[in-house]
Amino acid sequence: MSYRLIVNGNESSLDVPGMRRLLDVLREDLGLTGTKEGCGEGECGACSVLVDGELVNSCLVPVCQVDGASVLTVEGLAPTGSLDLLQQAFLEAGAAQCGICTPGMLMAAQAYLDAGGGPADDEIREAIAGNLCRCTGYTKIIDAIALAAQR
Amino acid sequence: MTVTTRPSRVAPAIDAPVAPVEAPSSGQTRIGRGAAWPKRREGPAKLTGEALYTDDLVFPDAWFGHTVRSTDAHARLLEIDLDPAFDWSKVVVVTAKDIPGENLVSLIADDQPVLVDSEIRHYAEPVALLAAPDRETLRQASRRISLRTQPLAAVFDPLESRQEFAHFALDKGNVEAGFGEAEVVVEGTYRVGHQEQLYIENQAMIAVPRPDGGVTIHGSLQCPYYIHNALKRALRLSDAQAVVIQAETGGGFGGKEEYPSIIAIHAALLAQRLARPVRMIYDRHEDIAATTKRHPAIIRHRTGVTRDGRLVAQDIEVVMDGGAYCTLTPVVLSRGTLHAGGPYNCPNVRIRGRAMATNTPPNGAFRGFGAPQTEFAVETQVNRIADRLTISPLELRRRWAYRIGDETPSGQTLRESVAAEEVLERAAESAEFERIHGLTVVGRRERAERAGSEPKSNVLSSAAGRTARGIGLALGWHGAGFTGSGEVKLASVASVELTSAGEIRVLTASTEMGQGTKTVLPQLAAEQLGVPADAVQIAPQDTSIVPDSGPTVASRTVMVVGGLVLKAARRLREMVEPSTGRPFAESYRDYAREHGGLRVDQQFEPYPDTNFDDATYRGDAYPAYGWACAVAEVEVDLDTGEVAVRNVVSADDVGKAIHPLLAEGQIEGGTLQAVGYATIEEIKLVDGRYLNDRLATYLIPTSLDAPRIDSILVEQPFSGAPHGAKGVGELPMDVPAAAVVAAIHDATGAWIHDLPATPERILAALHGIAPPPLPGLSTTSTPSSEAPA
Repeated sequence: MSYRLIVNGNESSLDVPGMRRLLDVLREDLGLTGTKEGCGEGECGACSVLVDGELVNSCLVPVCQVDGASVLTVEGLAPTGSLDLLQQAFLEAGAAQCGICTPGMLMAAQAYLDAGGGPADDEIREAIAGNLCRCTGYTKIIDAIALAAQR
Repeated sequence: MTVTTRPSRVAPAIDAPVAPVEAPSSGQTRIGRGAAWPKRREGPAKLTGEALYTDDLVFPDAWFGHTVRSTDAHARLLEIDLDPAFDWSKVVVVTAKDIPGENLVSLIADDQPVLVDSEIRHYAEPVALLAAPDRETLRQASRRISLRTQPLAAVFDPLESRQEFAHFALDKGNVEAGFGEAEVVVEGTYRVGHQEQLYIENQAMIAVPRPDGGVTIHGSLQCPYYIHNALKRALRLSDAQAVVIQAETGGGFGGKEEYPSIIAIHAALLAQRLARPVRMIYDRHEDIAATTKRHPAIIRHRTGVTRDGRLVAQDIEVVMDGGAYCTLTPVVLSRGTLHAGGPYNCPNVRIRGRAMATNTPPNGAFRGFGAPQTEFAVETQVNRIADRLTISPLELRRRWAYRIGDETPSGQTLRESVAAEEVLERAAESAEFERIHGLTVVGRRERAERAGSEPKSNVLSSAAGRTARGIGLALGWHGAGFTGSGEVKLASVASVELTSAGEIRVLTASTEMGQGTKTVLPQLAAEQLGVPADAVQIAPQDTSIVPDSGPTVASRTVMVVGGLVLKAARRLREMVEPSTGRPFAESYRDYAREHGGLRVDQQFEPYPDTNFDDATYRGDAYPAYGWACAVAEVEVDLDTGEVAVRNVVSADDVGKAIHPLLAEGQIEGGTLQAVGYATIEEIKLVDGRYLNDRLATYLIPTSLDAPRIDSILVEQPFSGAPHGAKGVGELPMDVPAAAVVAAIHDATGAWIHDLPATPERILAALHGIAPPPLPGLSTTSTPSSEAPA
């Protein structure tokens, strides 16, 4: 069975089993390893991507469910060789430490900002509650998202 | 099998140049002040998804590895049965008899096999290895292999164990005389369970056979040379044949200090057998089920004080559960024992520590390394004493805290860099401890009076009466770097090189796992050389390239290795400048063009006047100490027992903060791990098996659980280090748990002695009902021998 995906603006046709996880399609079939696997059961959010603008755990989404959809991953946030406003804010604020949660965290933050989210601490905490980070205590991630929201 | 269109990549450039990044303008927000320090070196790669972690690396024709693990806590291994109905020619199987070298993975004692040969000592112990060309075949094979065993009696309680891994004794003054002087004696038993490091990137290793008959390991790891040595021994390899290269590493926290060695050996055994790369990538379930945890501990305190609040005697017993094998347990116990008295000057002290074996998975390194366990106990004990004496816990610590000239239980005189009072005052002031504590105490008393006959409602509660707020404080210390003569024995080397191409690079084995190694080490060299930080490269953490600068553990990277880098850079400058007659920054390229490359290897030299006797355990246990004070505010739901930690102020003396933004990041992250330890993180065991071995059942704090964390950097430099730094990684992990428990008491009037302070334990304490099973102790599925409730 063939599936069509538009990933970071590029259209791909994939001949894969329908129950193959979107995460594996991205990482192994398309070589987009920026999206990470932390638990494989939808608990950690490291595999977060946007599907038609909506934040999902790509480890829980079979590819058959997203046929024809538009997928945004961390690789699609900024053109190669540069950082977008949100990534820049993460860098300045010290929001990325080990970096393994960072791609998913950025996607959660992007969804929040796309929905018009502002710099309020409690709203940002709510927006990233599905994304676990073990390094930062979340403080500087929240700072970074607030900074991006202000800009 | 699926169609794979994945582009093949050759071995990745670990240090790919990053895109130039626009510097932020200062003053945009309070974050703008970060402009003063270099940006995280590998930050852009991590933010764009370009950074390559182990599982991101592509090796064409690699097979997938799997570990067959025991399902007994203690048993004789009789046979490994391969189902004859399965076609075993499609896969390879490796067992203990296939190990070319010694069947051992060891840092201290030679007791842990790479694969079980005859006796299974814990659940999830590696017994055999499988590899297959694809995951589906691997899955099928793993279901067709089974272990025939004969169960043996298992020991789960360290207090019942007869096998001791280590013991330590510290004595100061005369404890019996001290208790004779005491007017009040307070006793307490504190228990803490396992804690999982829960780095978000699971353990991962890829082994690639080398043309010279050796193996190259690409992996997620903290200590390249630990793995290098482990490979040499188990696979009988030479130095040149055992190459270890760190991939980008998604968190460690101690969990990737020792355990990666056994995974690397496993992957290497399969790769050697197959003569092709093998990927050994753990999933979360396997990672939690099998890898090391923080040691559970039982800590008993008996403290003598006078009614006016003088500390006269401390009698402390520490028992740690090492699990089935020694791993790093003696060193964990050593640090736990040395810190067990807390940062207090007590004239009469007796501390006894022992670590016992049980038939549970081995426990190992985790940020804090024994100190969080014993400092939780002593700080809760001190808070209970303050409560008993009706003296403010802040005031009591003002009187007891170490000052310059005081002597520790190991007989070390604290000569400098003692910031206990400063961190205490700064955290207490910033958190308004006395003001808020005054309100909560008064409020609790009023509630109790109003509640009248209801005995268990002596609480300060909100208007709705459902929640109560409280504030708590704890003070701690953390010995900087390795214990005792550890650094002298390590004799680490770090290098700074001016290449013939006119590039400057730092060479160390110190790994980046999020804490900032790749940013701070070049920064330290650059400051000495007078060049911009980005003019200094950092060599990849590859044992064929960098010297052994020791493991990336014990908060030693900035203090010890950073000190070596700084000295090496200084020497490099002193060699170049006389030759060129101009400042290094202006002339090093000319020097390289004319004279070629120059490399300075700097070896560790003992810190001045630091002496420790390993035999008697007397002397300078650490060259210096970091000091920390945490103040926590909580809100407790009185109906459910749930605790919300609202705010934590953490003041940490790190000697010198080389990169304050990164240092704050360490404090914030360590504080949240401690809050998790205090409130929700607990491994439950049945028959020696971890019951909650998934991320759905082992919970760590989310952004909604996390308090607002305010970090205060205090700097009392250590003169023995050229930059004054004492390390920051572990210090903030040591004391917040006790601050949270004190805040729960402040809110509810109930003291919690066992971590974590779960709703069940809080409700049990409030309502006088039976608490849940003890933390860290396995129950058994046979009803007759259940653990005491």
